[in-house]
Amino acid sequence: MADALLRVEGLTRYFDVSKPWLNRVIEREERQFLTAVADVSFEIRRGETFALVGESGSGKSTIAKMIVGLLKPSHGRILFDDQAMTGTDGAAMRALRRRFQMIFQDPFASLNPRWHVGDIIAEPMVTFGLARGAEARREVARLLEVVGLSGSDAAKFPHEFSGGQRQRIAIARALSSRPEFIVCDEPTSALDVSVQAQILNLMRDLQDEFGLTYLFISHDLSVVRHMANRIGVLYLGRLAELADGKGLFTNPRHPYSRMLLDAVPDLEMSGRRRKPVEGEIPNPIDPPPGCAFHPRCPYADDRCRREIPQPVRRDGGEVACFGVEEGRI
Amino acid sequence: MAEPLLSVRDLVVEFPTRRGTLRAIDRISFDIREGEVLGMVGESGAGKSITGNAIIGLIEPPGRIAGGEILLKGTRIDDLPPEKMRRIRGRRIGMVFQDPLTSLNPLYTVAEQIIETIRTHLGVSEREARERAVALLDRVGIPAARRRIDDYPHHFSGGMRQRVVIALALCAEPELVIADEPTTALDVSVQAQIIDVLKEICAERGAAVMLITHDMGVIAETADRVAVLYAGRMAEIGPVRDVVQDAEHPYTRGLMGSIPTLTHAHDRLTQIPGAMPRLDNIPQGCAFNPRCPEAFDRCRVERPDPIGRGGGRRVACWLYDRAGVKEAGNG
Repeated sequence: MADALLRVEGLTRYFDVSKPWLNRVIEREERQFLTAVADVSFEIRRGETFALVGESGSGKSTIAKMIVGLLKPSHGRILFDDQAMTGTDGAAMRALRRRFQMIFQDPFASLNPRWHVGDIIAEPMVTFGLARGAEARREVARLLEVVGLSGSDAAKFPHEFSGGQRQRIAIARALSSRPEFIVCDEPTSALDVSVQAQILNLMRDLQDEFGLTYLFISHDLSVVRHMANRIGVLYLGRLAELADGKGLFTNPRHPYSRMLLDAVPDLEMSGRRRKPVEGEIPNPIDPPPGCAFHPRCPYADDRCRREIPQPVRRDGGEVACFGVEEGRI
Repeated sequence: MAEPLLSVRDLVVEFPTRRGTLRAIDRISFDIREGEVLGMVGESGAGKSITGNAIIGLIEPPGRIAGGEILLKGTRIDDLPPEKMRRIRGRRIGMVFQDPLTSLNPLYTVAEQIIETIRTHLGVSEREARERAVALLDRVGIPAARRRIDDYPHHFSGGMRQRVVIALALCAEPELVIADEPTTALDVSVQAQIIDVLKEICAERGAAVMLITHDMGVIAETADRVAVLYAGRMAEIGPVRDVVQDAEHPYTRGLMGSIPTLTHAHDRLTQIPGAMPRLDNIPQGCAFNPRCPEAFDRCRVERPDPIGRGGGRRVACWLYDRAGVKEAGNG
C-alpha cells in the first residue's frame, strides 16, 4: 500500500534466557532462548490508529520497543516512511528519530523526578534543535495548554501531579519534537477509568489536531475498540488476526480473538451467555509445537498440532489459522 | 427482613499523620445479606480496600477505626481483641487478595497451607483435612489436584495460584468471603474463569461475597448489589442492574459514561473533569461538588447523607432530597 507510514516485515526477537555459563556446564544444559516476537508483519497507514492487543507475554511491548529503537530486532525489518530503520547510519537515523515518539505505561516511572516539568518537555525539542531558550519556554507553555494543563506548571516537579496529569506531561513531551507517529504502550492502564477517559479523549483530539498516527498497545479490548481503526491480535509472539476495528468486533475469525471477546465482562448486562474460556497462556520458553493456540482451541486438529499457520487474507484482514483457511470454522 | 450477615454502621477509619488526621473512610454504612454478592467499586483512594481491611481487623497501625461499628450476625467484631479476631478471620470470614503470590507462603506446599488452615479452624484429623483439601482444589479447577497438592506455590501459574487462594479462603467454610481485586493481576481470559469459579463455589456453599474491584464490568456480571465509593464516602448503593443501567448519583453516571464498551465505538467518552480529591483536601459539603455538573449551592456547604430511593437503593446526593430546591434530573 502506498500510504503506509510504518511497515514491519518479518519482525522477530529472541531473548537469551540461559543460565550462566558455569551452571550450564555443570548441569549440562543447553542455551535457552525465549521467542518474544516471531515473524510479525503489518503496516500502519498515515493518520490511523493501529492497535496491538494481547495478553501478557504476547510480545506487544517488545514490538513497540523495537519500533522506537530501544531494542534491536533479531530478524526482520522496520521501514519508517519507506526508509529502513535497521542499518541506517547515525545522521539519517537521527532525522527519523525526531519523527516518532513514545508514551509509556507508568507515568510515575517515565518522568525524571529531579527535573522540572518544563525541562522534561523541552528536552526533545532542544535535542533536535527545534527551539532554544525563550522560544523553547514559550513552546513548553503552549504544549502544556494543549494537553490541558497550565503554562505555569512548567516550574513544578512531577511529584506535584496526579497520575493522569503526569500522563498529560508525558504526552506533551512526546509532542515536543513535532512527531508524526507516536507509539503508545498501555498509556492508560495505570489510570483510573474516569482519568482514562480524559486521556483517551485528549489523544483523539490531538490526533485530529496534529494529524498524528498512533501505534496503540493495550490488553483492554474495550479501550482498543474505542481508539483503533485497525487491530492486530497477538498470541505468544505471533499475529493471530489482523482486522479493521469493526470487523474484529462484529465478526472475529480466529478462535483466539473470539475467546478474547467472549472474556470481556458484559457491562450492558444483556445476559449474553459466554463460552467458558479454557486454559492459560503457555510458557513462552517452551511453546507448544504447531499453532501456539492449539491446546486451548476447540477446533484444533492434527495439522494444528504439527504446522505453524501463516497469515492468510480474509475479508480485508489476515488470519493465521488452519481452521479458517480450510473453511472448518 | 432477616438479620443481615454483616452490618457496617457509620464506619470511620482515620490515619494520623504529621500534618493532621486523614479520614480515609468517613461514615460508611451498608449490609451484606447471607449468600449475596455485594460489589464495592471506586477509583484508587476511594477507600474500597480499607473498608475490607477494617471488616477483617487488618487496618495497619497507626490507622484505626475511629467510629461506628461492624456487626457479624449481630455481634460486634470491630472491638474484639486480636486473639479473638484471629479466630473469626479465616474461619467465618475468608479473604482473597489481589496478588496470589503474596497471600501464599512460598516456603510451604499448597497441601501444608490448606491442611493447616482446615485443622486450625475445624479441628479435623490430618487425613480428613487432606481429603477435604483435595476435593476443594478439584472443585476450584486445579487439574490432577491429588498430585499437585504437594507442589509449592511457584509451581503454579498466576491463574492457578489464584484458584489455590480461593480454595484456601473457602476451606474453613466461612460465611463471608472478602475478595479484594481478585482478578486485577490476571489476564482477561483468566479473569473470566476466576470470577466464575469464585461466584459458583460461594453460591454452592452459601457464602456471601464482598467483591472489591475498580472494574465495573466484573461487578455487572457478578454482583447482586453494588456500592459506589468516592473519597471515603458512599455515593450510591443499590441492586446492580439499577446502578449500572440507570445510575442516579452524578458521579456514578460520569463513571459509567467514562468506560469504553465493545458496542459503542468511536463516540466520545464522557469525562468527569478533574480528579478525586486527596484525603487532606476534601472539599466542604459533598466531596464530589467541584467536579459535579449538577452541583448547586447546598452541595458546596452541606454534606448529603444517603437518601432512600426505594427498591433498596440509597443515593447520597441533594438532587434527590425531597425537601430540596431542585427536581431530580435524570440524565
